[in-house]
Amino acid sequence: MNAKLSATFAVVFTGAVLLYAVSDFPDFGDPRSPANHGVSGGAPSASVYYIKNAYHDTSVPNLVTAILADYRGYDTLFETVVIFTAGMAIFAILRVLRRDDSGIPAAPDPAIDGDHHRIVVGVTCRIAVPLVQIFALYVVAHGHHSPGGGFQGGVMLGASFILIALSTSLRHALGRLSETSFIRLACLGILIYAGFAFLPLVVGRNFLDYGALRALFGTDGEEMARSHGIFVVEIGIALTVTSVMFAIFANLSSRGRLHGGL
Amino acid sequence: MTSSFHDWIVPHFNAWVYVIIMMTGLWAVIAKNNLIKKLIGLSLFQTSILLLYVSLGVKEGAGIPIIDHEAAALAMSGSDDALNPDRFANPLPHVLMLTAIVVGVATLGVALALCQTIYRDFGTLEEDEVLEQMKTLHDDV
Amino acid sequence: MIVPFDILILIFLVVAAVISLCVKDLLAATMVFGAYGFLICLLWATMGAVDVAFTEATVGAGVSTVLFVATILNTRRKSTD
Repeated sequence: MNAKLSATFAVVFTGAVLLYAVSDFPDFGDPRSPANHGVSGGAPSASVYYIKNAYHDTSVPNLVTAILADYRGYDTLFETVVIFTAGMAIFAILRVLRRDDSGIPAAPDPAIDGDHHRIVVGVTCRIAVPLVQIFALYVVAHGHHSPGGGFQGGVMLGASFILIALSTSLRHALGRLSETSFIRLACLGILIYAGFAFLPLVVGRNFLDYGALRALFGTDGEEMARSHGIFVVEIGIALTVTSVMFAIFANLSSRGRLHGGL
Repeated sequence: MTSSFHDWIVPHFNAWVYVIIMMTGLWAVIAKNNLIKKLIGLSLFQTSILLLYVSLGVKEGAGIPIIDHEAAALAMSGSDDALNPDRFANPLPHVLMLTAIVVGVATLGVALALCQTIYRDFGTLEEDEVLEQMKTLHDDV
Repeated sequence: MIVPFDILILIFLVVAAVISLCVKDLLAATMVFGAYGFLICLLWATMGAVDVAFTEATVGAGVSTVLFVATILNTRRKSTD
């Protein structure tokens, strides 16, 4: 009880300080705030440059995708590495490689035993999963022109495999995307992103400067080469995110044994 | 009273709510006993920060940060006004927070894996029981 | 009409946050937390952050809820506080 009282005191004190500081914030939705417009008399905000030039530089109408994969390519590269590292950390923490199944009886496989309670769910998900996967691929590919991109499409693709595991069994889902293949796919995603970022160095340009790959893509201008480069990078992100999301779920639901499941 | 309410709270109403959510999350992290509840508190804390950053990029009267085909055609023909920054929401906080959300769920997975390891070793997820068992283990050694 | 909608979601947000911390059944707490994620997604859609709203809809309301459920079903469902 004493801990709760002191926690309440600390939280109220911190909250009061934060609420006092909030009164110095720019108004909500102010287009002339420092973040949106820049300090008066100083340099304009970076976002002004992005809005004015992103379309000319990359010919990608979705400004978020253009900034994510081109201007802030370093940031996104290492965010993807963080996601990959988190997936590998879960393997290190949870994965049980011994084959002793003492204590926990293996869950009956409904595909064999015929679990009649799951018929409606199973049939519905069998219809839904291909639609989810096609939409996820569309989200990855159409991120240039509409909301979407590698992160969203990757999470959706991973969620479709999680849906297979929930509606049938983890063994069934692992039959579609086995442990070795999702680890390989996660590594391949990073390899695509980082390897593609290294390519411009070959022709003497900067790391992640996709505009230099004009000859490789066979485009007229550098901005279309950047647009195609963003697409390749998004595919790399989507592969890593898909496999890491499914790896996290597979390990958590089966306590690292990768069989049985929920 | 009314004037201070209007001057102080109304322009920053959303920021006040973010601070309240953040403090709720912080309180849960400190005071809650169950480790899963602590994780929910941490996620609340994280989302309040994400909300703050995205709300900084909102512009009154601006649209979503995707250039429509009309404005794109105008911009390619050399019109300077087609890409007026007042017409598009600030895309920079969106980019930063978008990656932070996905990284957040990956690290949440790591935290949940640690919770499962603690449950396997101690048979409970209550913090006081875990600490009690650790103390007796330490005393035995 | 956007501003009252905004305020309505913000109030729901605080309510959902408090409920998800108060419920003793962890599975129910997780479900309320999923609803909280979806409310945040709506809030970001009103702010014009469509990409972030999309990510939150797939991650916050979808995958993270499933991860919580997977852990709770493998550990214990009841909480003492």
